[in-house]
Amino acid sequence: MERLIEKWQDKISEVTIGAKKPIKIGGETGIYFIDGEDKCPNPPRVAMEVWDMDPEAWPEALRSSFGKALNDPVEWAKLCADKFSADLICLRLASTHPDTKNTSREEAGKVVENILKVISVPLIVIGSSAPEKDNDVMAYCANVAKGENCLFGIATQNNYKTLAAACLSSGHSIISEAPIDINIAKQLNILICDMQFQADRIVIHHATGALGYGLEYTYSIMERTRLAGLSGDKMLSMPMINFVGQEAWRTKEAKTGQKDTGVLWETATATAYLNSGADIIVMNHPKAVEEIKKTVHRLKA
Amino acid sequence: MFLIGERINGMFKDVAKAIKEKNKAVIQALALKQVSCKANALDVNVGPASGNPKEAMEWLVKTIQEVTDISLSIDTTKQDVMETGLGICKSRPIINSVNANEEKMKNLFGLAKKHNASIIGLTMDKAGIPKDSEGRMELAMKLVASCVEYGIDASSLYLDAVILPVNVAQPHAKEVLRTIRDSKMLADPAPKTVLGLSNVSQGSPAQYKNLINRTFLAMAIANGLDAAILDVTDKELMDSLITAELLMEKQLYCDSYLEAYRKK
Repeated sequence: MERLIEKWQDKISEVTIGAKKPIKIGGETGIYFIDGEDKCPNPPRVAMEVWDMDPEAWPEALRSSFGKALNDPVEWAKLCADKFSADLICLRLASTHPDTKNTSREEAGKVVENILKVISVPLIVIGSSAPEKDNDVMAYCANVAKGENCLFGIATQNNYKTLAAACLSSGHSIISEAPIDINIAKQLNILICDMQFQADRIVIHHATGALGYGLEYTYSIMERTRLAGLSGDKMLSMPMINFVGQEAWRTKEAKTGQKDTGVLWETATATAYLNSGADIIVMNHPKAVEEIKKTVHRLKA
Repeated sequence: MFLIGERINGMFKDVAKAIKEKNKAVIQALALKQVSCKANALDVNVGPASGNPKEAMEWLVKTIQEVTDISLSIDTTKQDVMETGLGICKSRPIINSVNANEEKMKNLFGLAKKHNASIIGLTMDKAGIPKDSEGRMELAMKLVASCVEYGIDASSLYLDAVILPVNVAQPHAKEVLRTIRDSKMLADPAPKTVLGLSNVSQGSPAQYKNLINRTFLAMAIANGLDAAILDVTDKELMDSLITAELLMEKQLYCDSYLEAYRKK
C-alpha cells in the first residue's frame, strides 16, 4: 500500500550557535520522527542549566547530582559539558535579580567570560526575569561575549528592543518569547525582524508547561507553529526551545515525590516536547539528560 | 493565493508604445515591479494593435526573461503566437487561455501537455458566455473532462468563470461567485479557480475602478478563489486581498499581518 508522505513547501530556518564548536539547530523540512517525512538535518539538542548562584530552592534529588559545583558556575558548567555531555550550556543569571543578590552587570559579565573560557560547547545566556535589570545586564554580557555567537534571552513583546540591539551589535542569536499565544509570537518576530534582525537568528519560546501543568497548551501551540512554518509562514519558521528542567523541578511531584519522581517528570515532559518540534531542550538532571539523548537517538534510528 | 500580474499587456498604452519602439527598459521595469509586489507569475499579452504578434511575443518573453525567471502566462488567442511564447519560457508557463470549444481544447490541451504548462480554462464556448452559473458549470465540467482526456492533471487547470463588466452585465457577478464555489466539486483534487479581475470594472468611471476590483476580489476569495490576474502594484487591492485571506484563515493573524504577508 502506498504511504502518504506530506510534502511541505517550506523549511525551518537553520540557526548556528557557538564559535569554538558551533552547532546547528532547525533546518527541518518535515516533522521530527515521522518515518519517511523526517528530513531534519539537525537533531534536537539538549542544553543543561547552570546558575550563577546556588539554586537553594532546588530539591535535594536534583542538587545531589552537582555537589559543590552548585556554588561555582564555572565548575558547574564544566561538569555539565564534560561529564554529562550537554550539547549546550544555558547560563541563568539568577543572582542579578534585585530580589536575590542584585549582583552587578560587571559581576555577571565576569561569569559569562569565565565560563566561555572553560567550555567549548555553545552558550545560552538568560537573565533573571527582572525586565529593567535584565536590559542592563544582558546588554553588557552580550558585549562581553562578542564574537562567541551565543543565544541570548529572553525577548518579550514588551521588552525586546534593548536585547535585540545588543545581540545585533555583538553577533548573537535571540530567544523570542510569547506566553502561549501564537499570534503574539508571530508579531514579536516581525518586530524583531524590523530591527534588521535576520530571521535565522531567532529561536522561539512559547513558554513551557510541565507535565500536568499546562504541557498540552504549549505542545499544541508548538505543533501549530511548526506546521505554519513548514507551510510557508516565514515569521513562524524558526527553531523552538523549551525550558523543561525549571518547570519539571518546580512541580509538587518533583519536590515531594520519591527519589526518582523528578527525573521521570523531567524526562516525560522533555519527551513530549521533542515530539512537538522542540529543537533545544534546556534540562536540569543529568539522568534525565541521558534518557532524552537516548530517546532522540532511538527515535532517529 | 496565486497572483498573476496583469501589467504587461499591449492594451496599456505604455506597453504598446514600448513594444512598438522595442524599449526593453519599460517592460523590464514593469516585470521587476510586479515581482517585487509578490506576483507569482506575469501575464504577457502583445495587445490588439501589434502588426506582428508572433515577433512581439517573442521579444516580450525574451525581454522579461533577461531580468527574471518567474513563470509567464502567455495570453493570446492565436495558436502560433501561443506556441512561440511557450517554446521559449524558462519556467513552467501558463496557457491563457482555452475555452470549452472542442477544437480549441484539442489544440491547447495538446500544447499544455507538450510544454508541461498550467492552463486557464474559460467557461465559454462558440455560443459565448452563459448567463448563469449552471451554464458556466456545464462548460467547466467539459473543460475538466477534456483535461483528463488529454492526460493533464486537473490541478494544472485554472477555471475562469469569466467576469463581465458590472456596468453592462450586472447579473453576472453573483453567478461567477457561485461558479467559483461550486466548481470545487467537479474533481478531486479540485480544479483551481482564477479570475481576470479588472474586467469587472471595465468601463466604470476611473475613480471607482479600484474600489470595484478590490470589493469583488474579497467576495471571490470568500467563495474560494485560488488565483487572480490582477494589478499587483495596486496597494489597496493587495491589502484587501491579504485581509480577505486572513479572514478565510489562510494565514495566521498577528497585528502586523500585512507586513508579515509581504515578508513571505
